Amino acid sequence: MGELVTEKHVQYILSVEKRKDDFISVAMEYLRMNGAYWGLTTLDLLGKLDAVDVDEVVSWIMKCQHESGGFGGNIGHDPHILYTLSAVQVLALFDKLNVLDIENVTNYIAGLQNEDGSFSGDEWGEVDTRFSYIAICCLSILHHLNKINVEKAVSYIVSCKNLDGGFGCTPGGESHAGQIFCCVGALAITGSLHHIDKDLLGWWLCERQVKAGGLNGRPEKLPDVCYSWWVLSSLIMIDRVHWISKEKLVKFILDCQDTENGGISDRPDDAVDVYHTYFGVAGLSLLEYPGLKAIDPAYALPVDVINRIFFGR
Amino acid sequence: MESDEVKLQRVPLSQRPEWSDVTPVPQDDGPSPVVPIAYKEEFVETMDYFRAVYLADERSARALRLTAEVIDLNAGNYTVWHFRRSILEALDADLNDELDFIENIARSNSKNYQIWHHRRWVAERLGTDSARKELEFTKNIFSIDAKHYHAWSHRQWVLLALGGWEDELGYCQQLLEEDIFNNSAWNQRFFVITKSPLLGGLEAMRESEVSYTVEAILTYPENESPWRYLRGLYKGDTQSWVNDPQVSSVCLKVLNATNNCMFALSTLLDLLCHGLQPSQEFNDAVDTLKPSGPDQPDSDLVKKVCSILEHIDPIRANYWKWRKSKLSSAT
Repeated sequence: MGELVTEKHVQYILSVEKRKDDFISVAMEYLRMNGAYWGLTTLDLLGKLDAVDVDEVVSWIMKCQHESGGFGGNIGHDPHILYTLSAVQVLALFDKLNVLDIENVTNYIAGLQNEDGSFSGDEWGEVDTRFSYIAICCLSILHHLNKINVEKAVSYIVSCKNLDGGFGCTPGGESHAGQIFCCVGALAITGSLHHIDKDLLGWWLCERQVKAGGLNGRPEKLPDVCYSWWVLSSLIMIDRVHWISKEKLVKFILDCQDTENGGISDRPDDAVDVYHTYFGVAGLSLLEYPGLKAIDPAYALPVDVINRIFFGR
Repeated sequence: MESDEVKLQRVPLSQRPEWSDVTPVPQDDGPSPVVPIAYKEEFVETMDYFRAVYLADERSARALRLTAEVIDLNAGNYTVWHFRRSILEALDADLNDELDFIENIARSNSKNYQIWHHRRWVAERLGTDSARKELEFTKNIFSIDAKHYHAWSHRQWVLLALGGWEDELGYCQQLLEEDIFNNSAWNQRFFVITKSPLLGGLEAMRESEVSYTVEAILTYPENESPWRYLRGLYKGDTQSWVNDPQVSSVCLKVLNATNNCMFALSTLLDLLCHGLQPSQEFNDAVDTLKPSGPDQPDSDLVKKVCSILEHIDPIRANYWKWRKSKLSSAT
């Protein structure tokens, strides 16, 4: 089996952070906040967060915040719940949550909850269980879950549960590993995992593992490194991770590395990107690959960061 | 990316008379350096002009055209979509034209949340009259990618909010004929039989659906979806599932064929755990599948099934071992 080329991945991420002028960076500038979360969390898992200038990052993050309390994907972009979570997560990595006006941010998120308990992504009203997870995760980190109607939030998520035990984006939506992560994560954080048939969902999740060892997101689809996170963290949260072959998954993730230039891709020999680099490394952390910091499966942040948030004060 | 032909035709914004009064605004984190390749300059210039109208909150016809240019270059930029909606509202634009615009953009950008959300926003405003168009639009996407998650989500919303259920079961049938492994189509089938106001509901549809599903299973027993669908048809009524002779008989048929038995075995396991009294035929079929070798002999049918599953599905050996261990603790 190969090994994790840590140093190359660190260099790859640092080069992406610096590279603001090439076409890909310019074209993706609207989701730089997500990119920052993927890149910086990966660095932290690899033990190299100190390679980054904290003050520069924090100052840039705060420039992305709007009066409403929400954060945009970059300077000059509208606020959205997606980037608000990433902003809060990055600040948490640096132990800089204290720069936030907590009332402001939490009001923004709470304001996005709908009558039926679901959450919209922003003022334009798109509803998706991804946003339920984001709201719950973010408010929990900021110790303000009490600002939303948790019971209704939970019942909306439960209404998205399908007969295969999985969850979709909205009621009736096809079960999909990404949506499952969001729903399971939200239920875990709110202490509501009893709504899940863990054996049934666990079996659906472990059926995602294909012969070559990688995981797909739905039946009869191709494996992708990002499912190493969505499926794996879900299995861990419902305590069924021993149902997949960990060894085969580790091998699959390692095969997705660009061992020369660093970075990880969706499947072997494809082009790398920060998104898949993060999910590959995070997946390896969940699989207890040596030399990596432990990551929390529900909050998707290093365990020491979570401990600091919940037990550090 | 734009074709070469279009690139040749594009006039830089700085040279267009209708934009002469506007000063473009560069990105905040420093001026972009000059890059040699033409399309990058074009991209940067278009974004700079967009920033100017966005900051000035100019909701005009030319701003609307500009957002189209930005979207064409970079359909993921959600701020531009937001602003476009603001302009459409301000101008009280004909949203039917907007549907055409989205259709064009979707051709090269369909895996993009912004397009789908925008489409829904437009369709909501157009109301039930747009139902047929929306179903057509998603159908076109499915002809390229029949498992497209966003498109399925949109189609479900259309049916619930705007109607158009008449041909939906037929459409699922068609998709499954094209690819019986399409899990999205199976999911949609369940959606239709449970939520369509034109059908009788799950229980009324159960018998015909069971027959349909059994046929599907027999063609490709290794197909995960119909096995799950079969179980789903008995939602809330496990005993009927256990007692339906069609269910146990399809398991037996697949086991006797000895090929691709995994789901047949796991279904048999579930049936046995829920009280199925197996006939001798089941014992015989399972005995034929037993791996030869020095395994400890299991006298129980149900234990034999677990052992075989461990053997033929080794990647999930831990799961099958756990199923077996649950049996011991239950007795």
